[in-house]
Amino acid sequence: MKYVDEYRNEADVQKFAAAIRRLVTRPWTLMEICGGQTHTIIKSGIDHLLPSEVTLVHGPGCPVCVTPLELIDKAVAIARRPEVIFTSFGDMLRVPGSEADLLSVKAAGGDVRMVYSPLDAVKLAQKHPDREVVFFAVGFETTAPANAMAVWQASQLGLRNFSILCSHVLVPPAMEAILGSPNNQVQGFLAAGHVCTVMGYWEYEPIAERYRLPIVVTGFEPLDLLQGIYMALKALEEGRWGVENQYTRAVTREGNRPAQALVRQVFEVTDRPWRGIGVIPMSGYRLRPEYAAYDAERRFGVGRITAQESPLCIAGQIMQGWKKPTDCSAFGTLCTPEHPLGAPMVSSEGACAAYYHYARAAVVA
Amino acid sequence: MHLPDFTLACPIPISEYPAITLAHGGGGRLTHMLIERMLRPAFANPALDALHDGAILTLFDGAGPAAGAPGLRLAFTTDSYVISPRFFPGGDIGSLAVHGTINDLAMCGAQPLALSAALILEEGLPMEELWQVVRSMQAAAAAAGVPIVTGDTKVVDRGKGDGLFINTSGIGLIPADVEIAPQRARPGDAVLVSGAIAVHGIAIMSVREGLEFETTLASDTAPLHGLVGEILAAGGRDVHVLRDPTRGGVASALNEIAAAARVGIRLDERAIPVDDEVRGACEILGLDPLYVANEGKCLAVVAPEAAEAVLAAMRRHPLGRQAALIGEVVDAHPGKVFLRSRIGGLRVVDMISGEQLPRIC
Repeated sequence: MKYVDEYRNEADVQKFAAAIRRLVTRPWTLMEICGGQTHTIIKSGIDHLLPSEVTLVHGPGCPVCVTPLELIDKAVAIARRPEVIFTSFGDMLRVPGSEADLLSVKAAGGDVRMVYSPLDAVKLAQKHPDREVVFFAVGFETTAPANAMAVWQASQLGLRNFSILCSHVLVPPAMEAILGSPNNQVQGFLAAGHVCTVMGYWEYEPIAERYRLPIVVTGFEPLDLLQGIYMALKALEEGRWGVENQYTRAVTREGNRPAQALVRQVFEVTDRPWRGIGVIPMSGYRLRPEYAAYDAERRFGVGRITAQESPLCIAGQIMQGWKKPTDCSAFGTLCTPEHPLGAPMVSSEGACAAYYHYARAAVVA
Repeated sequence: MHLPDFTLACPIPISEYPAITLAHGGGGRLTHMLIERMLRPAFANPALDALHDGAILTLFDGAGPAAGAPGLRLAFTTDSYVISPRFFPGGDIGSLAVHGTINDLAMCGAQPLALSAALILEEGLPMEELWQVVRSMQAAAAAAGVPIVTGDTKVVDRGKGDGLFINTSGIGLIPADVEIAPQRARPGDAVLVSGAIAVHGIAIMSVREGLEFETTLASDTAPLHGLVGEILAAGGRDVHVLRDPTRGGVASALNEIAAAARVGIRLDERAIPVDDEVRGACEILGLDPLYVANEGKCLAVVAPEAAEAVLAAMRRHPLGRQAALIGEVVDAHPGKVFLRSRIGGLRVVDMISGEQLPRIC
């Protein structure tokens, strides 16, 4: 298939893998930010193509994984209300809250629907004026423009029965939180290509300067990842730092300006709790006061719900790159995709789920 | 009546699943758990324990008037159809109900003899819609040459059913020289698929509320007994396993075979036929075609010496033109399916837990 097969060509992949083997002279640790990249790495077996000196650690860039437990509980509380049609992206439905997930709310009679775009939720609100339609607006900068557009459209249409449960998070503050930690092991980043498609990469330049490390904006196909890894390792081996762009077919330095403008119009930056990590200052979006009418937390009075994480789950340490899923005592035993203790085991982008599905058994050559 | 060893404890711990969730019907790990831990032990008998798409019942087995003659083997199967939407590109609940049960019989190596049809109707279902479905069942049965010979109708209160549910059962006759069972897969066997995978699931998804996308894809729903007839004519007893990878897709079907036969299966991603349009939709939605449902495809596990002849026979049949050799049965990693990825990496193809859900980004 055009535009896909080119990036999954075995001969080219082997060429890059060989170039990386020739390049590396000592151990390096890289972090790929995005869960989509983690999945490509594990699903296509890229980790097995790299020399043993190179360690890939998996970053916090899975929107499902970092959404706080208490927000899932708020979603569950809202979705249980009889007047509500609760809409969500597919992979949020199975994330366990303290006592239920959205699929079990649906099983118990709640009107929970999967949508592919928040704009479809706006359409539902138009179609069902007698119901309250709520969209679960989670994700990184990638999903923010579409969520901003949904709120903006609802306001233009004068819809009074549409709202969003919002927990947007931002990549750069999370990178700084990881780099600022005394436990940090990350020496270079593969930045998330799709986040940068929206935001550009100028925001990463001061981070690369301050911490003197390479950040390579990287795509999601196997060849993208190998090239991104190669570029980051080459910079490390040559003692260079700064931002480089591997994903030039989609990303510019400035990013998508109309999308950024819309996001700024609807959202403002705020402190956000990250599941497993804790509160990171100025690391998320919330609705601006002008759009407070579209805030589901306020509309349904669920602001005071709080929740406690499982003490066994080390998701936070995994998402900051200190540990691998297989270092967790609960991995594959107490914590499985059927009984996840933490979100990284649920989401198709979660590091634990990736390890469980694709690499659980020792790979037999 | 006294039941000394009867236990009231539910075999599926209540603490884990106090109620049925949709994932219990997804064809993956939870469905498997429901069958293995509750249904199979509860109903245990040799025909059920074979864990086939249908039960195989042997009549006149060397006793009575037919003493000495080879036993007459009947395949018997049932399936319920609860799909939404009821009409989709390439078919509807009626044709699906006929094809699905014919295919379950075909996967036992049987030539279908007759079907039953039970309709569960919700009060308020438009008569015109019912008529369309009934005509579709009639047309599908006539085209397949398998009559619907008995049936039942029930009406439930408004709100107690989703418009229309259909159950079909079927019986078929297994030819004397045919022996199909998942346990017969053995190291060295070739794994064949009769055509491009994941078409049905993606066609259905394209018209689901909330996910509509534009495509010219139509479901691959089709009766497979003709194709299976050709496969058996070419391979005979060398055809070890047949399976139609419906719910849960090719990955789940192969995992079941690997588990039943205690063998490993090794797939080659590049050899698995997937049409561009299906691949495109899977890329966009973040789905793996290996887990997406099929309704007109079959997997065949055959002895290596017969692989070429069976593949050629498949390709001669209109429903098998894109048939391909996609992998082999191996000694290593019993019970597990591995896949050599397009770029040469190796990974596990696991059973899925519940339905695949489209990703956020």
